[in-house]
Amino acid sequence: MEEPPLDPYIDAHGLRKEFGSILAVDGVDLVVRPGEVLGFLGPNGAGKSTTMKMVTGFLEPTAGTIRILGADMLADPRQAKRHIGYLPEGAPAWPDMTVAEFLAFIAEVRGFDRPAAARRTEELVELVHLGGVFHQTIETLSKGFKRRVGLAQAIYHDPPVLVLDEPTDGLDPNQKHEVRELIRRMGEKKAIVLSTHILEEVEAVCTRAVIINRGRTVFDGSPDELDAQAPTEVERNRLDWVFRHITTSDTAVAGDAA
Amino acid sequence: MSSVRTIFKREFAGYFATPLAAVYLVIFLALTGIFTFNMGALYESGQASLRPFFGYLPQLFLFLVPAIAMRIWAEERRLGTVELLMTLPVSVGEMVIGKFLAAWAFAGVALLLTTPLWLTVSYLGDPDHGVILTGYFGSLLMAGAFLAVGSCLSALTKNQVIAFVLCLIAFFALLLSGYPGFSELVPGWLPKVVVDALAYLSFLTHYEALQKGVIDLRDVFFFASVIVAALFINTLVLDWKKAD
Repeated sequence: MEEPPLDPYIDAHGLRKEFGSILAVDGVDLVVRPGEVLGFLGPNGAGKSTTMKMVTGFLEPTAGTIRILGADMLADPRQAKRHIGYLPEGAPAWPDMTVAEFLAFIAEVRGFDRPAAARRTEELVELVHLGGVFHQTIETLSKGFKRRVGLAQAIYHDPPVLVLDEPTDGLDPNQKHEVRELIRRMGEKKAIVLSTHILEEVEAVCTRAVIINRGRTVFDGSPDELDAQAPTEVERNRLDWVFRHITTSDTAVAGDAA
Repeated sequence: MSSVRTIFKREFAGYFATPLAAVYLVIFLALTGIFTFNMGALYESGQASLRPFFGYLPQLFLFLVPAIAMRIWAEERRLGTVELLMTLPVSVGEMVIGKFLAAWAFAGVALLLTTPLWLTVSYLGDPDHGVILTGYFGSLLMAGAFLAVGSCLSALTKNQVIAFVLCLIAFFALLLSGYPGFSELVPGWLPKVVVDALAYLSFLTHYEALQKGVIDLRDVFFFASVIVAALFINTLVLDWKKAD
């Protein structure tokens, strides 16, 4: 089973972000190899979204380095951004555009010519089930459809790196299941980071879990290792127990998990 | 540069995606009509020229250009789409230029729709077409300069109403110092050089110079430099404010 580790697709070290006097992210490393689906966890305000925004090139880190398949996000952002598909928090999109227009715009920005864009759009409409709403404006869509449009946008160019900020938020259980299956399939070849508040999602799709709290990494390991942190007498919602244990009793646990 | 085209296309189509553009154009045309025929007394003046139209245009721009400019970035920031845009392989400069050009093209469409006025005066008399042409050229340049400043201000906030008010104040200041009565408004102890410099910086001074039928490159250069400087500051403002 042991194979030589592949070169990481996401290679971020010492990420730090200050907003004025507030330290949002304080020295987070994020190294993700192809074949890994990393569940990025933490309480609200822990710095998950800020870290993802730095990795995808939206925010410049106050300190730290980010390489995406070798391309430096700070020195060569255009090249680095080509490798990434990103679903920002809340799946933002222009409400006046139809799904068709929106995906056509993404295709053009991503450098697809018309025939290639038509083929790819058709594939994606099939894959994330957008057929019924293809000519509807985005403002008329339900939360679940909006999320799927955002997902289609993120995976449009079949990027090697995917960063998904709460990809299943707002989906019903069937849709959640489908999106998780899709992520798991894509995760065989890509490096995927997804943030979530749903710990069962980590067991369902992730090969690795990272928990951050107050801007610092407090756990990094497999979902099984995360589970093993809970004492045997905890029978239900074991991951929830670990999550609460790690992220509420800050200093002590940050020490042991490191 | 192909990214500029892509951004431009999306943005320009965005103006027409809602009935707002049509409403805007109707209001613009109705107001230009009122200003030109009623307040500007085009018929009564007995002269075949668009002087009344161009004379009132700066005042009209004062209120109507902010209505275009306010949404340029404020809306992207409110919707969160700025994050989507800025994580695509497109530089901030390309986005700023693409969006600015789309807004400018929309203003161009508005100006183009006023050309029936030109046909009217041509039918009624024998206007100096050169003067009208430079008049339109000057109007387009001034609209561009206003829009560039407005785009920059719009990046400061997520609220379109705030962006509108900021634009209004800035545009008012940019016009005010060019009015003939301005030198009497300023305190007497201000040296003449300062008063002249303020008048020079007014859009109105350069706009009026272009209404005389002669294109002075210095006026073109003035508006072009305002556009370039404002768009450059726009990219800095976006980088500065995007995290909020």
